[in-house]
Amino acid sequence: MTLPLYASAEQVMRDRSELARKGIAKGRSVVVLTYTDGVLFVAENTSSTLRKVSEIYDRIGFAAVGRYSEFESLRVAGVRHADLRGYQYDRRDVNARSLANAFAGLLGSIFTEQIKPFEVEVCLAEVGASYGTDQLYRLTYDGSIFDEPKYVVMGGQADAISAALKDSYQDDASLADTLRVAVNAFDAGSPATNSDRSLEVAVLDRKRPRRAFRRIQGTVLAELLDSTKAKPEEPAAPAEDTSTGDSGKES
Amino acid sequence: MEHNSQAGAALPAAYLAPGTSSFVDFLRAQAPELLPFNRVAPGARPLELAHGTTIVAVAYKGGVLIAGDRRATQGNVIAHRDMDKVYVTDEYSAVGIAGTAGLAVEMVRLYQLELEHYEKLEGVTITLDGKANRLGAMIKGNLEAAMAGLVVLPLFVGYDVDAPDPARAGRIVTYDVTGGRFDEHAGYHSIGSGSVFAKGSLKKLYDPDADQDAAVRTAIEALYDAADDDSATSGPDMVRRIFPVVITVNGADGAVRLSDEVTAQVSEAVVADRTRG
Repeated sequence: MTLPLYASAEQVMRDRSELARKGIAKGRSVVVLTYTDGVLFVAENTSSTLRKVSEIYDRIGFAAVGRYSEFESLRVAGVRHADLRGYQYDRRDVNARSLANAFAGLLGSIFTEQIKPFEVEVCLAEVGASYGTDQLYRLTYDGSIFDEPKYVVMGGQADAISAALKDSYQDDASLADTLRVAVNAFDAGSPATNSDRSLEVAVLDRKRPRRAFRRIQGTVLAELLDSTKAKPEEPAAPAEDTSTGDSGKES
Repeated sequence: MEHNSQAGAALPAAYLAPGTSSFVDFLRAQAPELLPFNRVAPGARPLELAHGTTIVAVAYKGGVLIAGDRRATQGNVIAHRDMDKVYVTDEYSAVGIAGTAGLAVEMVRLYQLELEHYEKLEGVTITLDGKANRLGAMIKGNLEAAMAGLVVLPLFVGYDVDAPDPARAGRIVTYDVTGGRFDEHAGYHSIGSGSVFAKGSLKKLYDPDADQDAAVRTAIEALYDAADDDSATSGPDMVRRIFPVVITVNGADGAVRLSDEVTAQVSEAVVADRTRG
């Protein structure tokens, strides 16, 4: 292969962005939403061991899409950073903001300095004391950092899923309702697949005393999904209560 | 390596490197000054430092418990009256410590983090034997300090979720200063300055088929006996309402520290029975 003698910086960055975006678009999606008792992570994932969602620290969770080996190394770095910080100072001195900044710096420098950028998109979530105080940070391959107030969508069908969530997301909703909203949004993203999509679900539960992270799997997940399954037929149009969402609290 | 140049916030390259799932090993490579061990000046002489004293462990049907008194002494002075010497280290294990108090507390903190760190990185918990071995490795790391008088000796208890017989899944492991690990199959053990008396008491009272409540009572009786004869071990303090700390580890509830009300109740019963008798 021959290297061109000169490529404009603009061109180089555009090529790298394109590479990263293509890589990310190939993968399945992840949705992170805040609900009344914490933060909910829902990922489409056929593997039950290669996780897309995991625990970083007591109140901090991590979700990612893209190339597994790359976001896995980010996750490991995050856990090391958080554990070291917590050991040096105190457990309460570990927060998602500083970790998000560290990730952003790292992704940014990889994007500009390395030949190939990381093909990943990452969400760091920190659960707060009450609904509305949760922090969701979305980090992209080039080190950009976004503070999202209510939900984060990443991965292949991100646009379609975001569009669906924009209408159906309810403020301060229960876990079961929020999970249903997320699953319906996935259906909007890729309606072709049948209802048995393999989901990886976890929550940061603000009511748990120390380590808030908890995986929801097996029968618990099946029950939770079943408990809301019948509902969409009766309220008929969950997509209509857009703005306030107070009416969506019946159970 | 280049990312190191990014000022301030960015993560050092070593954080991203694949490698150990052990926090202790990571700390040794990245920030060795934070390790509790090996900070002893050559030729250092033993200092008058606070010491922890009697810890007892009792295995019972379906679990194991560990209990400790609350006193730390410094020579002939009581340094602390309400120190915690037993700690929950993860969902199914707990550790009690005897020896130099300051160092021991720091070591337990690091050990708790070691277990959690592994669990987070690997997605699975360490097996019970693995946990016991990691603790042994940390004690071994402290050997140099131990030679200078800063001895830390733990007593480890855990519930083995993989055990074939859940009724006998409670395990007790002891250590020596070199990090040597010894499984105690007798069903009970004690360490610390009052351990001789506690062990004598346990020998008579121990019942392998006892339930949890009976085992808690046995442990508090043993601590009472130790406090009776060892000046560095505290008995139940009725005036200040300070009672021994007990942690039970069983299959259903995991490692749980009993509430002060429960330990107070049992301690009062022990004292009341002995007052009459």
